[in-house]
Amino acid sequence: MRFTGALPNAAIFVALVAVAVVADRSGNPYIVTLATKVAIFGLAGVGLNLALGYGGLVSFGHAAFFGLGGYVTAILASHAASATPVATVPFTMMGTNEMLAIWPVALLVSGLAALVIGALSLRTTGVYFIMVTLAFAQMLYYFAVSWPAYGGEDGLSFYVRNSFPGANIFAPLQFFAICAAALGVTMILVALLTQSRFGLALRAAKQNEARVIASGVRPFALRLTAFVLSGMVAGLAGALFADLNRFVSPAMLSWHMSGEIMVFVILGGVGRLAGPIAGAAVFIALEYLLGPVSDHWQALLGLLLILIVLFAPGGLMGLALRGRHG
Amino acid sequence: MLLAEQVLNGLQYGMMLFLMAAGLTLVFGVMGLINLAHGSLYMAGAFACAAVAAATGSFWLGLAASLAAAAALGALVEVVVIRRLYARDHLDQVLATFALILVFSEGTRWLFGSFPLYLSLPPVLSGAVTLPGGLVYPAFRLAIIAIGALVAVGLFWLIGRTRLGIRIRAGEADREMIAALGVDIARLYTLVFALGAALAGLAGALVGSVQSVQVGMGEPVLILAFVTVVIGGIGSIKGALVGALLVGMTDTLGKALLPTFFAGFMEASAATSVGSALASMLIYVLMAVVLVVRPTGLYGARA
Amino acid sequence: MAEPILVLKNLVRSFGALTATDDVSLDLRPGEIHALIGPNGAGKSTLIKQIAGELRPDSGSILFEGQSINALDPAERARLGLARSFQVSSVVPDFTVLENTMLAVQGASGSTFRFLKPALSDRDLTEPAAFHIRQAGLAGRETVPAAALAHGERRRLEIAMALAMRPRAFLLDEPMAGMGVEGARDLTAILAALKAEAPILLVEHDMDAVFALADRISVLVYGRIIATGTVDDIRASEEVRRSYLGEEA
Repeated sequence: MRFTGALPNAAIFVALVAVAVVADRSGNPYIVTLATKVAIFGLAGVGLNLALGYGGLVSFGHAAFFGLGGYVTAILASHAASATPVATVPFTMMGTNEMLAIWPVALLVSGLAALVIGALSLRTTGVYFIMVTLAFAQMLYYFAVSWPAYGGEDGLSFYVRNSFPGANIFAPLQFFAICAAALGVTMILVALLTQSRFGLALRAAKQNEARVIASGVRPFALRLTAFVLSGMVAGLAGALFADLNRFVSPAMLSWHMSGEIMVFVILGGVGRLAGPIAGAAVFIALEYLLGPVSDHWQALLGLLLILIVLFAPGGLMGLALRGRHG
Repeated sequence: MLLAEQVLNGLQYGMMLFLMAAGLTLVFGVMGLINLAHGSLYMAGAFACAAVAAATGSFWLGLAASLAAAAALGALVEVVVIRRLYARDHLDQVLATFALILVFSEGTRWLFGSFPLYLSLPPVLSGAVTLPGGLVYPAFRLAIIAIGALVAVGLFWLIGRTRLGIRIRAGEADREMIAALGVDIARLYTLVFALGAALAGLAGALVGSVQSVQVGMGEPVLILAFVTVVIGGIGSIKGALVGALLVGMTDTLGKALLPTFFAGFMEASAATSVGSALASMLIYVLMAVVLVVRPTGLYGARA
Repeated sequence: MAEPILVLKNLVRSFGALTATDDVSLDLRPGEIHALIGPNGAGKSTLIKQIAGELRPDSGSILFEGQSINALDPAERARLGLARSFQVSSVVPDFTVLENTMLAVQGASGSTFRFLKPALSDRDLTEPAAFHIRQAGLAGRETVPAAALAHGERRRLEIAMALAMRPRAFLLDEPMAGMGVEGARDLTAILAALKAEAPILLVEHDMDAVFALADRISVLVYGRIIATGTVDDIRASEEVRRSYLGEEA
């Protein structure tokens, strides 16, 4: 996890951008959309990796934050479209269709949710932690299913993608650029974070909790901070995902979503900065390539995942870099 | 009267969850494995029952087939994939068994297609029984309660009174010790896994008989079984039983009573949807509260 | 006489019917090595855990520099300057010697929650860490992962980390455990030097080391302190001979 790892991480990011640009130039907007999906899911994975890879916190409930980010976006956008206020108490809050106004709200809401869920869940460890994070996400899922005001089970559509200053967000490549920029900036921040004093202590707490305590630091505070930051990144990814589809539904909050984000991380390589991007790319490429060949492509995906777990425990990046850095 | 019926429904639901949770908690406790694919074994049992019952015309043969097929599939999966995961961390286990779900779901879809199958109950179980007090209750639901109770008694006896149980408990406490005593630990694990699988398959067949048999049926119940195991405390059969009844009662009574409660101050259709969805949240609230108060569940070993 | 740094007053802790700590009082004075000895099962670990804050006493109080620390958690006690090493060597295995020591430096200065500046190029961390690594006799081993260190070196790394906490008192739990004769002699010299930094409460089985190093010795048997005194007092004590040293002779 030294800076020697920067090259493969940057290479994966550049490859993603290159695929999108080439696809756009050669008139394949659908591929650009797939690349956008990879960037968004990769971003969610980078967020989860912060808790899971560096902090050792196996959250099976990150769909909660992903979905909250999505719902914040859809709710603000739908209120902007209907020109009704989101809330009138304690102050009047209007909807908006400016991404730059939506994102801070998405970050705030998902961060607050992660603060509450993390503070309660971090009382437990191991399997119990995995399951209690899952339980909190399921609570939000059923809440979204039940709450009729924002579509309930059917989800919530908004017909115009939110806007970004100076960008034509209807051009697939421009929307991709926004997502890729969010991903790139987040990757740089996460890279800095993991090498910082905080990152040092967080990684230490994963390996030897007693030692961190003896150094005068509470592991709980480290982990909660990592969990909140991790949830915020997932929330931002959810906001982008809502804009990609102009639609959100409880599926964004479901345990399948949590499982998929986790698959991106593990498939790519736990604790590797760009691992989730590689994982999401392989996942989406398999769906795209195998989907038309066989209706049962998910079975092949399953077999591939099993082979990776059994024979390449470091994930794809671990496999590709085997023998280079430990 | 209505309440008594709902209590019986909750009991029946709880017993069904217990059949699922017992296998999960044994595999958790003895082998330290998180098995997300437990719901696939439930599904396999349901499909085996439906297929055999359709071919032979006998529901009872179908039920026997569900036990046999799920146990065989469980043993096969344990030998081919699962046993390589015991020494791995929970993360690898979650990913690999998540992948197994994909394989099993698509495999089943390939074999049986996407349309749901339906089972018909034998006459002895399809009627209703008049209970003391005059409550008329479906015989089949009573049968599920009885089967769950029998399995619970059987498991307590197996774990507490037999040589196999002693080995299982010893394996839980000290893997090396029991291997040193000359017990074939690999076979023991396969056996435990197959036993859990058979119970899951039985639950699938029973539920499939009243609902429908289809791909994906195992997933909602899997999550509930996990909630049950975690509330009860990992590795504890007693915890699984108590947890299952708690979850079953909470869910059933919540769904029955909350809409009525909300109807007191909301219009009827909104009260129904809000009430039933809040009832679905209720068990997760229950689990969160239990874990916040007792981080290792009701009967879990102290961490 | 100078004020003691650490004072235990009438500590009691039981587990069910077993009283593991039975009305224990002792103090640690500036500039001394106070050794705590006793047979296995005497309750030494239970006592250390109460001082470090991992266990709460049932009754009695623990004063650190005159203040009660009963209510503080282990991390807070460490930040006050109560540096401990563990019975089983406890380091972060994947981290280098330097990174392990940096962890202690940043913990002691309360500056862990900084998020963007790379720690390895932060001289406020690396320089003090390198200094303490030299102090513990590990110069030249800075970039070696802790997992690759020999046992004795890992013990030294723990000493470096304890030093980096800028301690007001050391709590050393069997630092000689598992060391060869050579290593133990080496470490004895280092501990003698440590005393200049801060007083040491030393739990140790190695009697040669204890008699060579300790200014005072307390003997713990079945949860009670049966004697406290200088090396000569303890050697001469009938009760100690009978109940403890006698068993080994």
